[in-house]
Amino acid sequence: MTLSILIWLPLVVAVFGAILGAKVAPKLAVLGSLAALGIAISFVVRFESGQDTLQFVTNESWISELGISYKLGVDGLNVVLLLLTTFLFALATIFANLREWDRPGLFYFHLGLAQTAVLGAFCAQDLILFVAFFDLMLIPFYFLTGIWGCGDREQRVRGTQKLVIYTLVGSLLMLVAAVATGVLASQQHDTDLTFALSALQELPLSEGSQQWIFLCFAAAFLVKMPAFPLHGWLPDGYKAMPLPALAVFSGVLSKVAAYGFLRIVLPVFPDASVHFQELLLLIALASILYGSAMAFSAQNVRLVVAYSSVAQMGFITLGIFALNEDGAQGALLQMVNHGLVTVPLFFIVALLASRAGGSEELKDMGGIAFRAPVLATLFLIVSLATLAMPGSANFAGEFLILLGVFDAKPAFAFFAALGVALAAVYMLRAFIRSMHNRVNPSADSREITFRDLGVLVPSVVVIVALALYPQFGLSKSEATTKAAVAQVQAKTGQLTAETSSQASEEHTP
Amino acid sequence: MTSALVTAAVRTPHIDVAGLSPLIALAVGGMLALLVGIFLGRSARNVTPLISLLAIAASIGLSIWQFGEGKSVVADALAIDDLTLTLNFVLCATGIAAILLSWRSRAASVAGHPEYYALMMLSLLGMLVLVGSQNLVTLFIGFELLSIPLYVLCAAEFRKEGSLESGLKYLIVGSVGSATLLYGLALIYGATGSTDFAGIDRALAGGINGDVLLLSGIGLTLVGLAFKASVAPFHQWTPDVYEGAPTPVTAFMAVATKVAAFGVLLRLFDTALVNAQLDWAPIVAALAAITIVVGNVGALSQVSLKRMLAYSGVAQAGYLLCGLVVGTQLGVKATVFYLAVYCAMNVAAFAVVIARERASEYGDELPAFAGLGRSNPLMAWPMTIALLGLAGIPATAGFIGKFYLIDALVDGGYAWLGIVLVVGSMISLGYYLRVIAAMWMGERSGDVTPVRTAAPAPAGGSAGTPPVMAGGSQEADAELARSSKLEPEVVGVAWIATAVVLFFGIIPSPLFELAGKAGSVFTGIF
Repeated sequence: MTLSILIWLPLVVAVFGAILGAKVAPKLAVLGSLAALGIAISFVVRFESGQDTLQFVTNESWISELGISYKLGVDGLNVVLLLLTTFLFALATIFANLREWDRPGLFYFHLGLAQTAVLGAFCAQDLILFVAFFDLMLIPFYFLTGIWGCGDREQRVRGTQKLVIYTLVGSLLMLVAAVATGVLASQQHDTDLTFALSALQELPLSEGSQQWIFLCFAAAFLVKMPAFPLHGWLPDGYKAMPLPALAVFSGVLSKVAAYGFLRIVLPVFPDASVHFQELLLLIALASILYGSAMAFSAQNVRLVVAYSSVAQMGFITLGIFALNEDGAQGALLQMVNHGLVTVPLFFIVALLASRAGGSEELKDMGGIAFRAPVLATLFLIVSLATLAMPGSANFAGEFLILLGVFDAKPAFAFFAALGVALAAVYMLRAFIRSMHNRVNPSADSREITFRDLGVLVPSVVVIVALALYPQFGLSKSEATTKAAVAQVQAKTGQLTAETSSQASEEHTP
Repeated sequence: MTSALVTAAVRTPHIDVAGLSPLIALAVGGMLALLVGIFLGRSARNVTPLISLLAIAASIGLSIWQFGEGKSVVADALAIDDLTLTLNFVLCATGIAAILLSWRSRAASVAGHPEYYALMMLSLLGMLVLVGSQNLVTLFIGFELLSIPLYVLCAAEFRKEGSLESGLKYLIVGSVGSATLLYGLALIYGATGSTDFAGIDRALAGGINGDVLLLSGIGLTLVGLAFKASVAPFHQWTPDVYEGAPTPVTAFMAVATKVAAFGVLLRLFDTALVNAQLDWAPIVAALAAITIVVGNVGALSQVSLKRMLAYSGVAQAGYLLCGLVVGTQLGVKATVFYLAVYCAMNVAAFAVVIARERASEYGDELPAFAGLGRSNPLMAWPMTIALLGLAGIPATAGFIGKFYLIDALVDGGYAWLGIVLVVGSMISLGYYLRVIAAMWMGERSGDVTPVRTAAPAPAGGSAGTPPVMAGGSQEADAELARSSKLEPEVVGVAWIATAVVLFFGIIPSPLFELAGKAGSVFTGIF
């Protein structure tokens, strides 16, 4: 079974759903997302660990005139992320099924389109194909937020506007950068125009071109994550997005950006990655501290989760730009962990809001655990995973990241470690203020229903399972992450070797 | 005896009828429409568009027949090569769309069906001559043949103040453009001693050495053509004329004129003036950058969709100029590709505007589109996809087109212009998304009810649009009463164009091949 089926299945199902109408669409969407999950599982099962080559490759010429190919493939970097994506989309689709949506055919169409775009971005092994899928991701979320979003029309419009403008600034700059990568590589090496990532790795650009191209790519990815100075769209955008869409947006789309760094930036622009390493580490550190501080002070549960994402994505960026294997492995593991905790967290936000009279403000909650012990327990498990309790997979992820950074830049690791402590503060604060404290008279607590459990329990089970066996993802990705950072490590190794040889030369006379 | 006569006769150019046949089809079609219409009376309403459609179909068929021949006819004054014929496909597609959209329009019935369609055909003929011209004289003839019917068509709905104003404005500005162009052409002739593109190229083989005569000639020619292509800062007429003209005419003008103008720009600059490329390229690059910014920023504040599309058309002209700037075959191909894509996207958008204009009391203003996604998804989808395509979102042909242009720019060493292009696209989403938001997220507002009793005045300051005068003729009144339901030909045009946008967004290779053939006619550039 080729990857194309996995990628396009959600869209095809969504189109059928949109045509068949409101009655069938929700059920069909659930079936489609479960089928995609099944296919993804089959890929994971058939995946052979320990190789750093692409598997299940599809390579067709798409636009031969421009050297663009329709090249898909799976390796250690994306195999687990594919599983994560299909799993989270299945959860989100079921989650969406628990509610009534106006014009459901259209709603599930956009959800399906989003899934296709995300899976496409994860599988793409051609730079332009990646950019196309990456840009396409925005469109369904624009509609999902604008039509079915939370708040009044004005809030939705403001949210979508900020989301679209911020994201597109990055995306379109990335488009130019991507074109430039291919064209300049073919000019500088006098070869045919190609955008295949494997070929571009073999054709390193001159350092000057690498630098501006790197900045364009970094801008696109950092906006999507979002990272500290480029997160301006986050509060309005997150507040306006409907929760099922927000769950996948925060759970998966931000990962596409982090994945982009590992897949494209590090291997194709190694010189620039080394050159801008400290800048990116600084941004990551700022994201961790800023996100934590904002999550600590936010009064809205949804924003607590949103800003905690900023902090978590900061950790992931930090791991990637440690530019070594531990960091990259940790980052990859943390991507999966964060995706797995985000969806249940946003689902819990929805459940809390339904118990607090529709309000997501912390002040309207309190004492909910009193009548809903099961819900409280599940929330506690997810919270503990989020704050990287030792024993959770998140702990393993953050540990690996810090280990990697400590190897590369010890000072950054020291400050980043503060972020781990802050995570405990903001997650426990949200938990205590919503679940415990004095019972809020306006809150109407009731136990979680079986239908809701159907969504929450699978994700919690997976979180626990991964905590017991974090090697699941790590063993699959090990070979590929090694290869992904090999280029950069060669550069850093070179730099240290050069400086040391210079130093030794100075000393010899 | 006969041989003596032949040798004694004036040497007349050999006329290749086969090569000229796509032009002849259009000319005959126009004249037939006019003549037949006189004898038909009321049934002209259906017969004349049919004749025009047949003539255009014939022209397309003959173009396919002639494709690949690469002829130079009428003493090299006219090139019937792959570029001309490819652009003829685009022109004819636009023509078919415009005729279908005009079929039930008030403009055609007010102006008289035979005249209306005949003028459209003649204008189309002028465009075809223009894109094929290889001689300064043919260029000017094509230019005028294109323009004069359009002046009349803009004023076709002559009982409406806006239409008359539009026609007059276009006439005045267009004449200034024509005069500038003619002066420029004369100076080029003066400097090089040839009206032939090949001759000019030969005269410039040794570089131009700062020849003031020639430089001013090139400048004035560029300005004249820039008027027609609505390139900033010569675009000011565009929104006013587009807004006032009957919408089917606007659609025709927005697309076909641009195709013709860029066709001739490419041929003039990439064959005749290719040796002066170092002199004109920076100026064209600056014009492109200005046009992109001015067009996109101007569109931001528009309420009328026609005005918005006019400004968006200005911006798109800027994108198209990018393909000219680099002066490479890749640039030509990218421009031809984008022209074809641009045609499909704009036709889809204008078809929806026409449908709304006939159905809503707000005419072509933004409120007319509010809630369209709910009330009429059949019209909302084409508009959405067309606008996303114009903005350059992946999975539409607009993305591939922009990609191709950026590719040409980076390849030609104009990466900075590529950045300007994407910055322009970013700004453009500001206004495209406003329309999309209105359609999918807005509340529905009143459509014209079949019984038109004291329709409430359109809300908001619609200072720009004159009130629709009731009853140009009985026929027109009857048309308006029918208008609340969907018209199959408008829906058809919108959807076919949308399908083209999506198809070439996903499988662009056929169009690439066509553009590739069109681009390789210029052997003087790389």
